[in-house]
Amino acid sequence: MGLFLNYSFRSILVRKLTTTLTVLGLGLVVFVFAAVLMLAHGLEETLVETGSPDNVIVVRAAASSETLSIMSRDQAGIVKTQDEIAVDAEGKPLAVSELVVLINLNKRANNDPSNIILRGTTAEAFALRPAVKLTAGVMFTPGTSEVIAGASVAGNFRGCGLGESVQFAGREWQVVGLFDAGGAGFDSELWADVEQVQQAFRRPIYSSVTARMRDATQIPVFKNRLESDPRMTVTVKNEQQFYAEQSRATATFIRVIGLVVSVIFSLGAMIGAMITMYAAVSNRTVEIGTLRAIGFSRGRVLSVFLSEAIWLSLVGGAIGIVAASLMSFVTVSTTNWDTFSELAFGFQLSPQIILGTILFSLAMGLIGGFLPAVRASRARIIESLRAE
Amino acid sequence: MTQTTMRVFKLIFKNTLRHKLRTFLTIMGIAVAIMAFGLLRTFVSAWYAGVTQAAPDRLITRSKISITFTLPLAQKEKIARIPGVEAVTFGTWFGGYYKDPKDFFAQIAFEGPESFTLYPEFIVDTAGLRAFGSERNAAIVGQATMERFGWKVGDAVQLTGMIYPGQWDFVIRGVYTGATDATDISQFLFRWDYIDQRMQQEMPARAGQVGWWVIKIDDPAKAAQISNAVDREFDNSADETLTETEAAFQQSFVAMAGTIIFSLEVISILVIGIILLVAANTMAMTARERISEYAVLKTLGFNGGHILGLVAGESLLIAMLGGGLGLLLMFPLLQGVGAALRAWFPAFPIDPMTYPLAVVSAFAVGILAALFPAWRAIRVSIVDGLRRVG
Repeated sequence: MGLFLNYSFRSILVRKLTTTLTVLGLGLVVFVFAAVLMLAHGLEETLVETGSPDNVIVVRAAASSETLSIMSRDQAGIVKTQDEIAVDAEGKPLAVSELVVLINLNKRANNDPSNIILRGTTAEAFALRPAVKLTAGVMFTPGTSEVIAGASVAGNFRGCGLGESVQFAGREWQVVGLFDAGGAGFDSELWADVEQVQQAFRRPIYSSVTARMRDATQIPVFKNRLESDPRMTVTVKNEQQFYAEQSRATATFIRVIGLVVSVIFSLGAMIGAMITMYAAVSNRTVEIGTLRAIGFSRGRVLSVFLSEAIWLSLVGGAIGIVAASLMSFVTVSTTNWDTFSELAFGFQLSPQIILGTILFSLAMGLIGGFLPAVRASRARIIESLRAE
Repeated sequence: MTQTTMRVFKLIFKNTLRHKLRTFLTIMGIAVAIMAFGLLRTFVSAWYAGVTQAAPDRLITRSKISITFTLPLAQKEKIARIPGVEAVTFGTWFGGYYKDPKDFFAQIAFEGPESFTLYPEFIVDTAGLRAFGSERNAAIVGQATMERFGWKVGDAVQLTGMIYPGQWDFVIRGVYTGATDATDISQFLFRWDYIDQRMQQEMPARAGQVGWWVIKIDDPAKAAQISNAVDREFDNSADETLTETEAAFQQSFVAMAGTIIFSLEVISILVIGIILLVAANTMAMTARERISEYAVLKTLGFNGGHILGLVAGESLLIAMLGGGLGLLLMFPLLQGVGAALRAWFPAFPIDPMTYPLAVVSAFAVGILAALFPAWRAIRVSIVDGLRRVG
């Protein structure tokens, strides 16, 4: 078997230009395939990381994002007094009532307008979301028009850098601090004092209440009680699940487009591999005849040529994956259609993607190499040997 | 045309048919790539469908904060008084779903049947419009959405509201079709007073609010001036506005997906790279096998130019055949994909620039694929070429 693999591997090295072109074609397809899956995965991971498994979020019934949700002050108050909520050292519940609105700001790069999330919150937000750290400047002072900006908003939007100021809702807001959420969705938000946001936008309401549970196993009890409370009409969800669901439409969209494109691309690459393999078979007619004459079975010849095609596809696949993995250094920022707001996320590789990509390139090699290998295996010994 | 040139042409045809299978596969490979190129460009133009279809005499006024903030109904009269404004109506985003939240389609509350006069590209029958005027829960639905959910005129449908909570019952009273291929025929249009009535009872703070104003102006050249006048009217009020042409308004949605569009454009260039690799592979193989032939031709008096013509001609012939086949197959492909992706792209129009670009790309691929093999064929000395075996 080792001899066979070696033989077929060395065979592909003989025709350097043709092999290079075929491998590059396969590599290009694999690159697109892997990059698209990485992008969709990166989006999902970003939103999964946004939520914490110990937290619950309470929003109005049927609201799939916080901007669609409205809760009265009374309702928010009821949520915060539930027994299942953990308390801090001073005995205050670890819960935060927030007002989330979408504001339209212009990007630094091209001045294009885009929606970003402004989160009216309080200092408890940091206790509930330990991944979020203030990296520069200071926290906003309650009662003032000060905001702190997430890492990607600060970099991507005009007026959102430290020390700059940004105009919305009829006020000038000073950016006094920057925070980093380690790549989670919060990096794409501006945070300000919730009372100030309520005043400036004339919305004396909340969008959501996020709370830390004493014990995650109590979530179902907490959920049942609140959801059946006639005063409430709310939905209670695990925070991680709530944000993860917000990747649904955009991630599906990226995958569908990407897979349609990859499948069509792969037809081109498979045809390329097929051309190469047919040429390999016809160039080596005498060789095939010799192999058959010294006793190699048709099946053996078939597998030799098939494994040659597989070598091509594996080398192409490896090049594609390596090139795609370089994309993990790239962060993109685009509108997430589930929330209608700008979200920064990166290309992320996962073991499943690597496995899927290898299988994909193997399939291309197998399909592209099958017919040529069949032709090789069916060669008649005498005629092959007689060929010039 | 000299006799030698004639012979070169004849040789090109004969050569093309020598490896029938290889030529056929190469043509198929190029055809597939050209189809992919057309598909990607159509994805991109589908995003821009709203921009290219925007009427030049329509302005859209939204809240300055963002489109998710509503505007008070009382602004209507003030806008109507601004010089140059011919008609004002409004739309409100409903944001609901039918049965499954994943099946997205746009639902927009209109002021009434008169709103349709500002949208001449929506073609509705008069019976449907009359019912829209007389029944509060009437809906007029785009043909694409009717087909997607298998609805018929007269059907009662219930939507679940995400922005306006609760269950909402509608009766479909009409279907609208589009004036052109690129018209969005996926919208679900119904009467605003239906939601407003419930808001008055259940959430008085949200009553009397509309999503955006649609303004018809008398002269597209005055769009900037009238936009400014509208926004000045509400400056420093509780509800500041931002007015822009419909094209600019639509463009702002396209810009939100800028990264995705950019990647599609990059990929559509990569696909040309794939065609190039497939075609160059074939030509490299062919030229390699025929090195000794080229030497023979040279002995017979064919010069380097002829050899170049021979290789490039074959390459071009194959590339153009592949390109032509790809363009032919593109139509059924785009129709199929358009139907499958209707949820995301209400309109899936083919950008007319796709055809010339595809032809030019196929031509360029034909030339580029021949360059290196032709160079090798020309460079080889007669002796070396003849000495070569196989």
